[in-house]
Formats: sequence, C-alpha cells, structure tokens
Amino acid sequence: MTALILKRIALGVFTLWLVSVLVFAGTQLLPGDVASAILGQSATPESLAALRRDLGLEVPALLRYSHWLWGFVQGDLGQSQANQQPVAELLWPRFWNTMFLAAYAAAIGVPLAVGLGILTAVRRGGVFDRLVNIVALGTVSLPEYFLGLVLILVLAVQNPVFPSLADVYPGMGFAERLDATTLPMLTLLLVTVAQIMRMTRTAVLAVMDSAYVETAYLKGLQTGRVVLRHALPNAAAPVVNVVAFNIAYLITGVVLVEAVFNYNGLGRFMVDAVAKRDLPMVQACAMVFGAAYVLLNMTADIAAIALNPRLRHPR
Amino acid sequence: MTRRDFPQLETTRRGLLLGAAGLGLATASGSLNRAFAQDTPRKGGVLKLGMGGGSTTDTLDPRVMTDWVPLNQAFMLMNGLVEIDRNNQAVPELLESWEAKPGAAEWVFTLRQGVTFHSGKALTVEDVIYSINLHRGETSSAARAIAEQIKDVRKLSESQIAIELTGGNADLPFLLSDYHFLVVPEGFTDWSKPIGTGPFVYESYEPGVRSRFTRNPSYWKPGCANVDAVEVIVINDVAARTNALMSGQVHAINRLDFKTVDLLKRNPKLQIVQSAGGQHFTFLMDCTKAPFSDVNVRLAIKHAIDREQLLKVALRGYGQLGNDHPIPRTDRFFNTELPQRAYDPDKAKHYLQQAGMSDLKVELSSSDAAFGGAVDAAAIFRAAAAKAGIDVTIKRESPDGYWEKVWLQAPFSMGYWGGRPTADQMLSIAYASDAKWNDTHWKNAQFDKLLLEARGLLDDAKRKEIYWTLQEMISNDGGAMIPMFGDYLDGVSTQVQGVTPHPMFNFMGGRLAERVWLAA
Repeated sequence: MTALILKRIALGVFTLWLVSVLVFAGTQLLPGDVASAILGQSATPESLAALRRDLGLEVPALLRYSHWLWGFVQGDLGQSQANQQPVAELLWPRFWNTMFLAAYAAAIGVPLAVGLGILTAVRRGGVFDRLVNIVALGTVSLPEYFLGLVLILVLAVQNPVFPSLADVYPGMGFAERLDATTLPMLTLLLVTVAQIMRMTRTAVLAVMDSAYVETAYLKGLQTGRVVLRHALPNAAAPVVNVVAFNIAYLITGVVLVEAVFNYNGLGRFMVDAVAKRDLPMVQACAMVFGAAYVLLNMTADIAAIALNPRLRHPR
Repeated sequence: MTRRDFPQLETTRRGLLLGAAGLGLATASGSLNRAFAQDTPRKGGVLKLGMGGGSTTDTLDPRVMTDWVPLNQAFMLMNGLVEIDRNNQAVPELLESWEAKPGAAEWVFTLRQGVTFHSGKALTVEDVIYSINLHRGETSSAARAIAEQIKDVRKLSESQIAIELTGGNADLPFLLSDYHFLVVPEGFTDWSKPIGTGPFVYESYEPGVRSRFTRNPSYWKPGCANVDAVEVIVINDVAARTNALMSGQVHAINRLDFKTVDLLKRNPKLQIVQSAGGQHFTFLMDCTKAPFSDVNVRLAIKHAIDREQLLKVALRGYGQLGNDHPIPRTDRFFNTELPQRAYDPDKAKHYLQQAGMSDLKVELSSSDAAFGGAVDAAAIFRAAAAKAGIDVTIKRESPDGYWEKVWLQAPFSMGYWGGRPTADQMLSIAYASDAKWNDTHWKNAQFDKLLLEARGLLDDAKRKEIYWTLQEMISNDGGAMIPMFGDYLDGVSTQVQGVTPHPMFNFMGGRLAERVWLAA
C-alpha cells in the first residue's frame, strides 16, 4: 500500500513536470510575447527592445525555463512580468477563492447527489426516479453560463434575493461570503449533481440485483439497512471516482462561471495571464490546476483500492 | 493604445487602446436619453463603478499603462497636463495656459499654482518636467512616439516651462492630453501605489479586481471630487456588468453591449450615455497589391457596401455613417461638404468596367479580433457586394495573433481605430506614406506635403482648408473603406448626477469619478 502510494506520488510529480514543459512550450508557440502584449499597438521597435531587455526576454527559452524550474522547486513562483508583482501574492488569494467556491458547491452537491442517487435507485422506475432524472439531465445538458444567467435573471434581477456579482474581498465575513457566492454555487450544483447522482444510481442498482442483497432482504432486513450497509459499500468505488472527477472540475473548470458572476478565481486569472503572455503566472496556474487533478485522481485511486478488499489484500 | 489586444470579448475593448488619449473632436455630439437634474453637486456617498477593460496584469505605471480600467483609476489618483473637455477642446489641467511661437515649434507653458500632491508636497515645475521625461529617450513608454517630437523641455522659471519640438506642431496641447502624460512627484517610482494630485487618494488596489480610493479633501478642481470614496469593480464580461447595474450592485458601467441598449433604455432607473467619438471600423485594401492597386477597384468596393444596413445591424444604429476617411463628424476639421458615399451596385459595376473587369473575386481576411462583430459585418458586406458583381470570400482568421499576422499583411483585411485627439494625429499615424501603421499601404506625396504643412499652421481657417482636401483625397483615392463610426455607450443609475456625454472614450473621457455626485 505504502509503496503504491509512493509510486503514485512520483508519477504525479512527473506528470506535473510534463505539464510545465508543455505549458512553457505552448506559450512560446503563441504569437507575440509579454512585451508586445503590454505595449500593443503603440509599440515601436525601440520601446519593445527596451522592455524586452528590462524583462530579460532576450535570454534563450531553455535558459528561462530552467531558471523558472529552479525557482519553482525552491518554492519561488517568480514575479509577474506584466506588473512586477510577486506571483505568489497574486495567486494564493485567488486560489483560496476558487477552493472556497469548490468546497461550498461540493459540501452541498456531493451529499445531495449521492442521496438522490440512492433514493432513485431504491425507487427505481417510480415517479420520483423519473422526475429527478429528467431534471438532472436537463440541467446538465445546458451550458453553465446559460444556467448562471437564468439564475441571475430570476434570483438577482427580478427577485433580488442574491447578488448577481460574486464580489468577494479580504476581510469579508463568512456569512457575507456565502451569500455572495450562492448563485455561482447553485450553478455549479446544477451542472455537477446529475453525473454523480446517475453514477450512484447505476452503481447501487448493479449491486441491488446481486444474490447477497436478495439474501439480506430474505432474512428480513429493512430496505434502508440493506442499501446502506450491504449495497452501498460495494457500490462506493465508482461513486468515489466520479466524485473526485467532479471536484477536480469544480476547481479547474469553472472559468465560465467565474466570468458570468465576475468571481475572482483562478480560472479568470489564468485567462488574463495567457492573454498577456505572462509566463510565470501561466506556469503557476498550470501547476496548481495540474496538482489538483493529480491529487484528486490519486485520492480516487487509493480510495478505490482501500474500499475493495480484493485490491486491498492482493494475493 | 494597443492595436494588438488579446482576443476580443467585446466590441469596443480596443477603443481606448487605439485612441491616443483623446479624440480631437470639435463639438461633443451625443445624447442622453433622459434629462438630468443639474443642480449643485452634493458631497458624500460611495460611488461604485463596474468596469470592463481590466486585467490582473494591470499596472498604474503611466509609461506602460493600457486599457480602460487603469485609465480611469489613473485619472482618479493623478492629473494630466492638459485635458480634453466635452466640446473637444484642449483645456488646462495642471498646465494652466500656453502659448506657441510662430511656426509652432517652440511653446511656453505656465504651471497651475497652489496644487499639492497627496503627500502634501507642492507641485513644482521639476515634477512636471520629470513626468514628461518619463516618456522620452530610452524608455518603454507607450507614449514614446509622441514624446519623440519633443526635442527639449526646460525650466524657464518657478512657474513656466519651455517645450521645443523637432518640427512645428500646432496640436501640441492635444498631444499632451494623452493619458500617459500623468504627473507624479519628481523622482517617483513606486507605481504600485501612485501619489498624484488627483481627486482621490489611494486606499487599496488589486489589479484587475477592485480598487478603493478616498476623497482628496484639498482637491484643486472646483466642484469636483464630490463622493467620499470611489470603488471600481472590474467586470470584464458585458453580461455580468449589465446584470450588476440592473441589480443595483454598481452605480455605473462602461461599454454597453450594442444589442442590449434598447432594452436597458426601458428601465426607468437607468440613464444611457451615448457619446459620438472617433472609434471607427475599417475594411483595409492594400494599395500595393493587385487588384487593389487599381483605384477603380477600390472605388468599386467602396460603392458595394450598404453602410446604413451595416450600422443598423452591427451597431443597432448606435453610431455614425463613415465616408471612407478616418475623421469623425465631431472633429472641428470634419469635411461637411464631402458627399456621403452610398450603396450603389451600378456604380460599383461601372468602376469595375473602368478597371477592365466584368466581375471581381476577392478574399477578405476577417476575425472578431478586428472588432466584435467583424465576421458578421464581413458577411453583410459579402451579400451587398454580390449584387455588384463582386464575389467576396470570407477568410476567417484566428483572433490570437490577428494584429501580428494578418493586419498590415493580408491584401484585404478588417481593422479598427479608436480615433486620435486631432486630425493630424489620426492622419499621420495611418495615412502618411511613411506611417508606422499605414494599414492600407497608400502612398501619396502630395498628401504628405499638405499634412506636414497643416501641422505647423496656427491659422485654423487655413488648416481647415487643407484637412478638407486631405479627407477628400483619402475618401476618393485611399485604400480604407470606412463604413461606420461607433458611439461610446455607458449605463448609469439615475442616482448619479452630473454625467455628460464626452467625445473622448467612455465615462466622460475617464474623468467621471471626479465630476459626478450621488443624489440624496
């Protein structure tokens, strides 16, 4: 088990390194550089040269990459090239914002989705099952920016219940923060619940048909106990997997939701960074996103093993 | 002032970017859809502005500052040398008055007295010279091209400076209104926290996210700096911005979506501020490449577009018709007698015949990087041109790198200019033979000679005569088809008083915060 985890971590680090190389190479391929992005049309060859010199852009790409990597392994994310601020200072507040929203959505979304999944499995074929399925499929089929705009229209403009701007700032109270981020949280809920719910339903149904569940019923157990004690543990592995996948989405894939609600998260930050070709910032974001994916996938894999006695005790 | 901005999310993102800090328009035309209670300013309240055009990579360094949000924030903290008023005149800001010697190559400027920085230090001639010199010599300044015309800046006395130019330029005060020419104390370098003489004092600033500045109690401009504090929230998505205004989270937003303006006008709590200015959209023909090397082909193209329809569809009518030259009708030198070119397929065919062709096939490089809706505009042109026997193939280019790879290179492409403070600047930057951004590669020695002559003239009547000729030359011979000018549109809550249209950019030329007040 420990050996396996260590191997996974090593692989994860390798993946991250690969991501950093690809992102660096990718940004090199984009037309223009940070100097031309800053100066834009008013760039003259002289002012461009002056700025490139100031930013150290004439240094060969390979050298710049090694320089960045050396700093990174020492925990130094470098400085933004566009506005000379330390990347870490810009990154972490946004990282916490992103994590806050993801946690808010996951804290409500995951129990809700798993609960609904179990309930629909138990009531298979009933009105409740069908209704929940239709609604969930409906919301997951709509793009998140559309759902966000509909929520704003109904809950912010027509009936001012929640603010349309998810405006968060340092020093804001926890309750205020929850209030400000409720609409984006609801949007994310609508797009993530369906998948987890349906996966739970399918997994539970698969084991519900098996012989040991029938035996449990035959010895007179109540449905609740059969499902929770006997069926669910064996259905857990695929559910954990899809939950991890959705949490990774909540952290890394919410650029559109951030745009609609003007939420100051990492997604928007990375878009800005790419637009300005601000390499240290792009790299830092890519590393955070990459790490989130690697960690969550690893957790899902390890959980799947831990939950499965056959994998837990290999013969 | 970046021509190459990153992929456009919206129509007018590059408006500011393109315009050097002002537009030289003679009269501010524009309208408000509601009358304002223009009573005396009231002090107090916190003004909240929702603005598009900001990025986490923003900086307030006047040398490399760009885009809408920093421009507005900079004008809250700092003052410029000269400002453009709502009637498009260059009026004093920190420079109180000026005088040009004949030939307009030597100027004397007098400094406003009794102005102090937020630090308490009094404004001196040295501060102004330092601030101008930031853009001169070996510098990465975006205003370097303008500052290059300045040969020397020197102190004459405690209240006067002399500026010597490399050649006569009657528009120097307009050039000094460029938003990069902001005044800071001599030797100042801490751009993360600028100290200026502006209406508000730095409190907090997070690039691309928000800022909060508090009132400067000893601000020198009368009737200004009325609100206790001003907060800027950067909202780049136009829908999010509009929602924030409608749900009352902000008092005002800049750069409305042309498509939703009519809907917003129905809301009784909002006022729409519409300002005609110099931003215009271009179809660029490279005059050195066949078939556009033939003026008849250029004229055929210019007659093959339905401008009225384009204006109605692309800008929902919020703009002005263009007449194939870049001078807006708000400019004091706008040629009012040049007949407006109209859609005329027969005339287009006639010009094709003159060129010895019965039909014409052209490829138009288009991308929404040129301006939001450019691809749609190309499609509208294609349909109209087909009736004139011109077969237009639309080549969709990637928005990323459009300004590096397509603009100035493709034989027939689309583009956009935010306008310039003066006719001379606009013509010099894109139409003079040796202009860096001569995006039609049109060269005309007579034009260059007249342009240079007008620049040094202090006699407006004579200048007008020349600029009228120049507009006619571009319109009839040049390579740019300019079908329309787009207005600047802002949405403001009726609670905000004292808002006026302004020919230079959104939000009253970037100085909205210091002018307005909140109704009780």
